[in-house]
Amino acid sequence: MKDLRAIGVFALLVGLVPAFSHSGVILNWLMMALFATLLSQAWNVLGGFGGQFSFGHAVFFGTGAYTQVLLQLSWGLSPWLALGLAVLISAGLGAALGAVSFRYGLKGSYFALVTLAFAEVFRILALSVGFTGGGVGLMLPLSESFGNMQFSSRAGYVWLILCWVVVALLITAFLRHSRFGAYLQAVRDNEDAARALGVNPFTLKCAATMLSAGLMGAGGAFYLQVFQYIDPNLVYGSHTSISALVGAIVGGMGTLWGPVLGAMALELLSELTRNLFGELPGINLVIYGVLLILIMVFLPRGLVGLRERWVSRSQRARTPLGLAPKSPVTERLSAGELPVTQSERPTSGVGGHGDAA
Amino acid sequence: MLLELRGVSRSFGGLKAVQGLSLQVPENSLSALIGPNGAGKTTVFSLMSGFLKPDQGQVFFKGQDITGLPAHECAKLGLTRTFQIVQPFANQTVRENIAVGAHLHLKSRVQALSYASEVAEQVGLAGLLDQPARELTVAARKRLELARGLSTRPSLLLLDEVLAGLNPQEIAEMLPVIRGIVKAGVSVLMIEHVMQAVMNLARHVWVLSQGELIFQGPSEMMSQDDAVIEAYFGVAGAAKLRAAQVASQTLKNTTLDATQTAAQTAAELQGGQT
Repeated sequence: MKDLRAIGVFALLVGLVPAFSHSGVILNWLMMALFATLLSQAWNVLGGFGGQFSFGHAVFFGTGAYTQVLLQLSWGLSPWLALGLAVLISAGLGAALGAVSFRYGLKGSYFALVTLAFAEVFRILALSVGFTGGGVGLMLPLSESFGNMQFSSRAGYVWLILCWVVVALLITAFLRHSRFGAYLQAVRDNEDAARALGVNPFTLKCAATMLSAGLMGAGGAFYLQVFQYIDPNLVYGSHTSISALVGAIVGGMGTLWGPVLGAMALELLSELTRNLFGELPGINLVIYGVLLILIMVFLPRGLVGLRERWVSRSQRARTPLGLAPKSPVTERLSAGELPVTQSERPTSGVGGHGDAA
Repeated sequence: MLLELRGVSRSFGGLKAVQGLSLQVPENSLSALIGPNGAGKTTVFSLMSGFLKPDQGQVFFKGQDITGLPAHECAKLGLTRTFQIVQPFANQTVRENIAVGAHLHLKSRVQALSYASEVAEQVGLAGLLDQPARELTVAARKRLELARGLSTRPSLLLLDEVLAGLNPQEIAEMLPVIRGIVKAGVSVLMIEHVMQAVMNLARHVWVLSQGELIFQGPSEMMSQDDAVIEAYFGVAGAAKLRAAQVASQTLKNTTLDATQTAAQTAAELQGGQT
């Protein structure tokens, strides 16, 4: 399959970078870019394919990170085992929060607000309960070894996060070529129509939240392993949620490569602005914001839309008589500008008893 | 009986949308549910297909009590509806739209997509398979609505005004498509305002007015039923029409004038209708 081949090529190319370059700057950028990619891909599963815009994906990220650190600190578990459990627990939390939200039919902005609230609740809980270390945070003792999932060079982390990005890519490819994915996109585009065709929106959305949350949890666990320190504001804070959704939106929601493209471009941009305008603190955020607005206005389908637009334009140029062009009349009809069609007249006539009497 | 309603009622606040409705849709039938605007036709469809729960009464499908069963479960049993206001998956192509329905009985994506082409052929959408649904004309959207319902391989298809908004030529093109569906073994119950099509297609008709059944029987009988005429033209209009008919019958062959008057009155009354 085409997608699988493309994923293979991508994994190979990115995986080879550490073999050729030992530059800390490049490897560090690559690691952070892949990390941002994973978060965007996770968000894309639910937001892009499921159409459920979460503003609180940090709740799964933070839960992954805390599970990862607590299992190691309190139970002395191997970080590899902890990673698996962190993903499972985040996914479980996703299923539970999804079930609660979708059971009551929350959609659109209401769903977004509820997810935002969930993340805040978890942040405040993590600040106030004892076992998370509260505002002081938790530190993972430094001890570099493969078994401890702590690597002496950035290359190890690059490969680790690359594995997760590939997993996310495979899940996304599955969404594009399976019944589950087709159903999920049908629910995104029109829930009632999907129900009439035998789709159960509730279980689908819960399953999508679960997948999305699991990937997000993996991101959280990875974050802990790299920085070896977390506190509630770092992992449950809204910046994680925002960066996850912005990457997917800028790149192109509901696509395979959109989140990859978006997250990498944004990471590059923030790196550049930080280096160029380093002496003006915050200027990078200003530029970031302006670019975001420009992309929203001019490329509503994301960076991926740029290519589609170019392709369709060149196709149209090649087949001028391709599909029957719309006549101005039918176009205005479908836009509802021309009100009267003959067959609709009875509708208007029958209702008013007055005009018959 | 394929589908049976027993004393089904449903209110929205103070509005009794459907009151004590009982009807039976036989197998292999093509029938119609008609009535003035606001009569509760679409509500009846929603009650049949699981989009609404009845306050009272029961719904049976193939002998099974499906009262309160959610819409997707009804679809799995073979009872599918279309929507009056077309509801395409706008960002997807025609083929992908239809494949969603086909997935009800085909798990494989490839098979569902190829089955979608077959169904598109059946409803005359074959040339538009790769068009995004949002770029379709009204007529094509109505066909897509039909195709999607059909792709689930239903036993009973509820068509909610698939002809509304089409021009006479498009309607004429659609009639054989609907007949073909019934011939292929799918029962069809349609809500329709285009009387010419109802008379042409449906053998059995139910007329709903203000949530109540006021007529059921063969479509030829409907146009002579007093209650139906009253529901459509109002009491005064019905009286006028009746008087005109009587006048035209008594004076038949005697004065040309009266016939003309009667014809005129009838034409006035039906002014907006045909």
